[in-house]
Parts: sequence; C-alpha cells; structure tokens
Amino acid sequence: MEAQVLHLFQVLWGPWWDPIWRVFAPFWPLVWNLVKIVCIVAPVMLSLAYLTLAERKVIGYMQVRIGPNRVGYYGLLQPIADGVKLLFKEIILPTAANKFLFLLAPVLVLAPALAAWAVMPFDLDLILADVDAGLLYILAMTSIGVYGVIIAGWASNSKYAFLGSLRSAAQIVSYEIAMVFALVGVLMCANSLNLGKIVLAQHGGLLNWYWLPLFPLFVVYFISAVAETNRSPFDVAEGESEIVAGFHVEYSGMAFAVFFLAEYSNMILVSTLAAVMFLGGWLSPVTWLPDGFPWLFMKVAGLLFLMLWFRATFPRYRYDQIMRLGWKVFIPVTLVWIVLIGGLMQTPLAYLLHAGVPA
Amino acid sequence: MLIFSDYVFYTLAAILLFAGLRVITARNPVHAALYLVLAFFTGAGIWLLLEAEFLALALIMVYVGAVMVLFLFVVMMLDINLDKLREGFWDYAPLAGLVGALMAVEMTGIVGVKHFGLSHVNTPALHAADYSNTAELGRLLYTDYVLPFELAAVVLLVAIIAAIALALRRRKDNKYIDPAAQVRVKRADRIRMVSMPADVELPDMPEGEPT
Repeated sequence: MEAQVLHLFQVLWGPWWDPIWRVFAPFWPLVWNLVKIVCIVAPVMLSLAYLTLAERKVIGYMQVRIGPNRVGYYGLLQPIADGVKLLFKEIILPTAANKFLFLLAPVLVLAPALAAWAVMPFDLDLILADVDAGLLYILAMTSIGVYGVIIAGWASNSKYAFLGSLRSAAQIVSYEIAMVFALVGVLMCANSLNLGKIVLAQHGGLLNWYWLPLFPLFVVYFISAVAETNRSPFDVAEGESEIVAGFHVEYSGMAFAVFFLAEYSNMILVSTLAAVMFLGGWLSPVTWLPDGFPWLFMKVAGLLFLMLWFRATFPRYRYDQIMRLGWKVFIPVTLVWIVLIGGLMQTPLAYLLHAGVPA
Repeated sequence: MLIFSDYVFYTLAAILLFAGLRVITARNPVHAALYLVLAFFTGAGIWLLLEAEFLALALIMVYVGAVMVLFLFVVMMLDINLDKLREGFWDYAPLAGLVGALMAVEMTGIVGVKHFGLSHVNTPALHAADYSNTAELGRLLYTDYVLPFELAAVVLLVAIIAAIALALRRRKDNKYIDPAAQVRVKRADRIRMVSMPADVELPDMPEGEPT
C-alpha cells in the first residue's frame, strides 16, 4: 500500500520527484502515519456522533418515548444538527478563569481517548501500530485523561466545578486499579501484552474466550469501565442534583461538546477493549464462520447497548458507596482471582485458562 | 543527515528542557506541577526512542497517571500565599546559586564527554522487531533479581501499612456507616405500621361561627 502510493507520486511528479523526495524523505513516516490516523479517527468520530443518537433513541424507547425524530428520517441527522448548533454557540470564558488551562482541559480529555486507538487491533492485520506492550500503552494513555478533568475544575475558578473535578478524579484513579488488575488476569492467561496476541490466544469459538474462565474479572472490568468513563450509575462527577454539572459547569459551546465527545469516545474505547480482552476481539463465536471486523463491531455495539441500558435502569450511586465498591469489593475480588489464576497455571488444569503462547 | 528519529529526539529534548525550566520558574505552583507532568511525559517519549518501552509506559502510568494526580490535588487545595513564599528569595539566592553551580560542576564531571562520550558508551544494540522488552524485564526480575525484587515489594507493603496505621484515627464520637448493616436492613426495621381509624366527618357547624 505504502509503496504503491509512493510510486503514484513518483509518476505524477515526474522529474521533480527526486529533489522533492530528498527534502521530504525524513517526514514521510509522519505523513503516512497521519493518513492512517485519520482513517481510524474519522470512523471513531462518526460512530461516537451516532452513539449519542443511539443513546437518546434507546433510552427514549425504554421510557416509552420516541426520542429524536424530526431531523432527517428517524432523526438520523440529529447528531449533525447538534454538532452544528454547538459549533456556532459562543464559548464563554469566565473572567476569573485561567484562560490557557481552561481551553487546554477539553483537549487533554479528548486527546488521550483518541490516542489509545493507535494499538487497537481491528482485524488480524488491521492495526495502526502493532506495539508489543500494547495493553500497557492503552493503560498509560487512559490514565492521562484524568488531567483534563482536574484542570477543567481548577481552571474554571468555580467551587462546583472544583468539587466535581475532585470527585471525578478520585473516582477515576480508584477504579483504574481494579480495571488494571482485571486486565492483569487476562495478560497472565494470554502470556502477552500485545492485544493481537491476546485475541489470538482466545481462538476456538465462544467457549474459549476469556469471559468464561475469567468471568469475575470480566464483570469487574466492565463495571469499572462504566465508572472510569463517569457514566451512570457512577456519574457523581456531574450529578446534576448535587453539584450542578460537575467539572464542566462553566463550559459552553464547542468546549463543552469536546467533553462529551471524550466521554463517548472513552465509552467506545473501553467497550472495544472489553471485546478484545474478554470476548475474542475479531474472532467469530463459532468455528464454522469466518473471523473478521464485523464480529468486533457487533460485540462493541452490544457492550455499548449495555452501557445505555445501565443508564436507563439504575439510580445513581452514593459517593461513599462508589468508593467502597471500588476499594473494598472489586480490588480484593480481582486480587483473589489473580492468585487463583497464578496457582492454576502451575497445575495440569492450566488448559482451562487457555494459557500459553498462541499458535 | 538527520533521520526521522533525530528530529523526534531534538523536539522532545527541547520540550523537556523547556518544561524542566518552567517547573522551577513558574510563579503558580499548579502550573509548575503541570510542567512537571509535561516533563515526565516527554522523558517517557525519549525513553521510547531508546527502545525502553516498558519503562517509558510505566513512567507515564505511575508518575503521570497516579503520583502527579495526587500531587496536583494537594497543590490545588492548599492556600498558597505566593508573596509570603517568595519572601527572602534574594537572601537565599547566593547560597542556592552556589549549591546549583556545584551540582552542575559535579554533573559535568561525571556525565561529560570524557567519561560518557560515544567512545566510552556504545550505542545500545538494536533488537529485532519481535524482541519484547517487557518479557525480558520480567524474566530478569523473576529469576536473577527475584530476592531484591521481593524485598522491595515487602518494603513497599510495610510503607503502605505504616502510612495507613499512622493516618488512621478511630474517633468514638464519629458516626460510621456500616454497609453490612445497611444491606441487612429489613422493611420491619424502618417501617412501623400504625392502625388509624378512618376520618370521621365532623358534625356540621353552625354557619358564620368562628372555629
């Protein structure tokens, strides 16, 4: 692919190609990677726009309403209308706010959420960067997202925003531990930090995926993921009834919208990660059907539907109960299961965990 | 000729130097902490160039993702009076300058070209694409260095427990929430059924009379 594009340029530019290439050559990897990044980010952006519509529709039907249905057929153009509206709204800067950090915060929330996609395997060869420590990279990237929340709360110079950001940051940092421990179980079984190898270690159909031997870790991971993304029922960061709207109370217009983009982008990211780690990624659930990207898409869509379902169903957790669940329930559960896996791997029963280097 | 990774290195190095400088010159402590975050992040980038991907990602996860978040918490919630903090800056400046200069001299003596130049330190061997830095590190940690590693782990555990023990203060006059009691609660504990006779309509009052 890369060579063909270069050849096309060479033919197009003719004799001018050589001098241009001499100057341009060091930057070619940058340009080529940028093209690939756009090929990943554009679909992610599109799907998160339609995730907002799906959320409104799903919750609407669950509450016996219709949801958005005026813009386009079945409200299909609603996300675009929302986007245009938010783009044209004024961004109000509070006078006492720290302007630079105030505007930097939304970027700091969105950028890591998008950067983490770099190592996500969509298919056997469909991956931007086949990094060996891919899982570590994703964890590192998602741990940066909390800065945007803290900075947004502090830079707004508002008590509600600051309280919201402290609550949110404490929650994200706490649940990250349980989430990482849940993933440690998977990488122990798969013997690899490479996401592609983790998927390949689960080959062989529905019953070979890690959700079955690591079921407690799967449950802990998914609930922690909901808490990590500040989604209901763990959305105390923006608990409207308690602290107005949390850390983004002072934001308006597109700056506000970027926080929402980041939230939905994170939702898709953690769902994809759950699908890759526990549900076999792009592998098909039965051996007689071919593997491929559509399977990953369906798994992620199913997990996202669960998140929307949670939001429509559960009342908001009390803050001290959130902390108790994270520290006193989830972390011990994951620790016990990790020790169990470690012990089981030394016995003849290790085959139950599909442990070992994938074929 | 400069190759792509050279451009990356010089860009990262420039950002790292700038961030490090701003950590000590920024007036606002929150800004200083954020510049420190930037410095960690850029340092991790340079480690990545050295093929130390595990260290780089661990640096981001541990220092950027956890330690600095708590640090920022503290700095943001402290009521720091900058003018008071800067009082006597010029009195201490000569001493601080002397210490700084000494440190600079020592550092150049050790890491200068004479001992650390290209002729003394070979470029790290390039590994094949399938070489796993993480797996190699894990193998070393759990074989050759297993005792020091476990010792460090135990020391850390002791430190954690000691910190909790020092900070934990049970007060008798505080109300504690007992989640087990909350879960066990039954309907009968909270609701008292009272049998009340239905309202009986009062006999008609004569009109106009104050009640």
